Amino acid sequence: MYKLILCQRYLRTRYIALASIISVTLGVATMIVVNSVMAGFGTEMRSRIQGILSDIIIDTRSMNGELDPEARKTEIRQLVGKYITGVTATVEVHAILSYQYAGDYIPHPITLVGIDPESKSEVGPLIDYLQSYQSHTENGVTIPAERPRNERLGWELTPAAMSERLRIMEERARMAKLLQKQQEQRREVTTAQADTDDPAKAFMDEDAPLEHPEKSDRQPGEPLEGRLFVGVGMATYTQQEPGTQELKTYEMIKPGVDVKISTIKAGTPDPVHFSATVVDTFKTGMSEYDSMLVYCNLEYLQQIRKMIHVNEDGQEVGGFTSLQIKLKDYKDAPKVLEILRSSFSADRYIVKTWEQRQGPLLAAVDVESSILNILLFLIITVAGFGILAIFFMIVVEKTRDIGILKALGASSSGVMSIFLTYGLLLGMVGAGAGVGFGLLFVYYINQIESFVTFVTGREVFPEKIYYFKDIPTHVDALTVLWVSCGAIMIAVLASVLPARRAAQLRPVQALRYE
Amino acid sequence: MTTTVSPLTNPATRESITMPEPHVAALAVQKSYRKGEHAVPVLHGVDISVRRGEFLSIIGQSGSGKSTLMHLIGLLDTPDVGEVQLEGQRIDDLPARTRDELRNRVFGFVFQFYHLLPELSLMENVLTPLMIRHSIWGYWQRRREFQERAKEMIDRVGLGHRLTHKPSELSGGEMQRAAIARALVARPEILLADEPTGNLDAKTGREIIDLISRLNEKERLTIIMVTHDKSIAAEAHRTVKLCEGRIESLTDAA
Repeated sequence: MYKLILCQRYLRTRYIALASIISVTLGVATMIVVNSVMAGFGTEMRSRIQGILSDIIIDTRSMNGELDPEARKTEIRQLVGKYITGVTATVEVHAILSYQYAGDYIPHPITLVGIDPESKSEVGPLIDYLQSYQSHTENGVTIPAERPRNERLGWELTPAAMSERLRIMEERARMAKLLQKQQEQRREVTTAQADTDDPAKAFMDEDAPLEHPEKSDRQPGEPLEGRLFVGVGMATYTQQEPGTQELKTYEMIKPGVDVKISTIKAGTPDPVHFSATVVDTFKTGMSEYDSMLVYCNLEYLQQIRKMIHVNEDGQEVGGFTSLQIKLKDYKDAPKVLEILRSSFSADRYIVKTWEQRQGPLLAAVDVESSILNILLFLIITVAGFGILAIFFMIVVEKTRDIGILKALGASSSGVMSIFLTYGLLLGMVGAGAGVGFGLLFVYYINQIESFVTFVTGREVFPEKIYYFKDIPTHVDALTVLWVSCGAIMIAVLASVLPARRAAQLRPVQALRYE
Repeated sequence: MTTTVSPLTNPATRESITMPEPHVAALAVQKSYRKGEHAVPVLHGVDISVRRGEFLSIIGQSGSGKSTLMHLIGLLDTPDVGEVQLEGQRIDDLPARTRDELRNRVFGFVFQFYHLLPELSLMENVLTPLMIRHSIWGYWQRRREFQERAKEMIDRVGLGHRLTHKPSELSGGEMQRAAIARALVARPEILLADEPTGNLDAKTGREIIDLISRLNEKERLTIIMVTHDKSIAAEAHRTVKLCEGRIESLTDAA
């Protein structure tokens, strides 16, 4: 009993010990904040990767792909139909996208993915990514989404994009006319001069392929047969204005414009080029995807890449390079994987979960977070040495009291347990306060961020850079528990040596300090 | 062993002349302390015994070893040579746990510097021996009873109005009375007082001595008191003088 009372009194009167516990508090709070933010980023990242990749992916071994996706889809539905909610076939191929900006064509390496938007949206939140379905806020004004969410996914232009397209075309035509006129005038003046040096001619040549040569009966301004969804990372360019330090976004590719795509055919890798109309932009939040991925209408890509063949029944069937499957419950993944592997032979198909496919990235994130945890825990260990030193001091200061207690009959283990309990209590107070501060910090992290932004005048967490409007956090109860248990353990361990010393004091030795 | 009564003894004291066995005794105890490389001998074979209910005072100059002798008797320290006996049983070689138990139950200590715990209130200080004796649960169950007992004891030493005060808020005399209350609350058989008046003025010291003598008379408490003040020592039944680690005046010694 005296142990508890004394511990409680020491706790209340020895502020120096509380000072030593502040380092534990800070360590615990830091660990909780860092872990929560990292877990938040990790969870967001995983959900975004999973959103793009879907749960289970069947890739064909050959880049040329396999035939008849519909038959394969039916097969999958028969095999594991009860576990899945959707399946879609895609064609993935590397390509170069060139877009015109300020008169120049700018090439951009991309991964071109042929999709069927409707079945694709069954395996991932495609509709959440497409910008025409999102409302957004600009300078405090909320601009409503261009399309209602219940509008069918397709490759049509929005009215705004259509009018933009018409405007561009008109301007192009006007420019072309103007240039032609100028050229004619110039030709009149200097007939001798060679045409080859004329930049205007080059411009016109570049412009020409935009008019699709095959179909001359199209309406003016009607989009091309190839339709694209382009990632915002490619479509826009954000930079800090040198003068104002403000972030400004430039739209490089707007919905409605035409771009050129160069890729290869299936079979013999002959280059193939085509022009396509950008229908929409998408934003997954994963910069890797947003700057690399371009979605194309599947049938057109199959046609361009010569992936359409006639099967035995005389039907035209397309090719595919991967099948994406969405599960009802991701926990069933191993089961589904096993079933699929047994019927999709390993020499032609690779069946993987999205995690296995993204293994190295996810592993890297895990390693990063565990190393960070080790480093932060070292901080708490350092705090443990602070406790050790201060406890030794307290034992020296309390030598006389220890002597008194022993004279009154307290055993060595009793005296030892005073200091061990004291260490435990300090650890609990420190860890408790740390958990409190940490959780509060995590809870108000966005307010804190905006406050820091307000004070320093510099945005700490710019949305345009990190893709997150708010800092994502995810508090894992188990992590909090482990961190606080670890901190308490360290506090107790640090008090072991001083407590032993106190216990070893002989009463007379202790009482002689006068 | 003599039964001679010191002429200075209070005549009211009842003497148990035929008591065959001493209550507590130190037999040929030797003790030396290490100071650096040299062993400094403090006690060179001291024999002393106290009967039940006797009030013995040990006088001697500073460094004569009187405090050390008392620490040996009270099991705060162990003799190099010799034995300490309680009711004829050797107690200095008992295991540490048992000695802790004996200190708690048999001996009550009063020190020159009071030695109250500064963090605890007067009441809690007095309760300390009981808290040490009982487990947390056992104490909690009987806390009312113990608090009553402590309060009664504090009332007896005349500090009933200062229960919640911290030692730093008490005067020297009050602190020493609190220390006596603490020593008595555990109902010891033997009270060991190490210069209980050493730090007090003459008047307060007298009050403390009166308190101790009364305890001896009323409770038949065996008391060993160390002092260097002859007039205070005279209150005891018997006085032993220690000099240079030996008993010098054998007239009164056991």
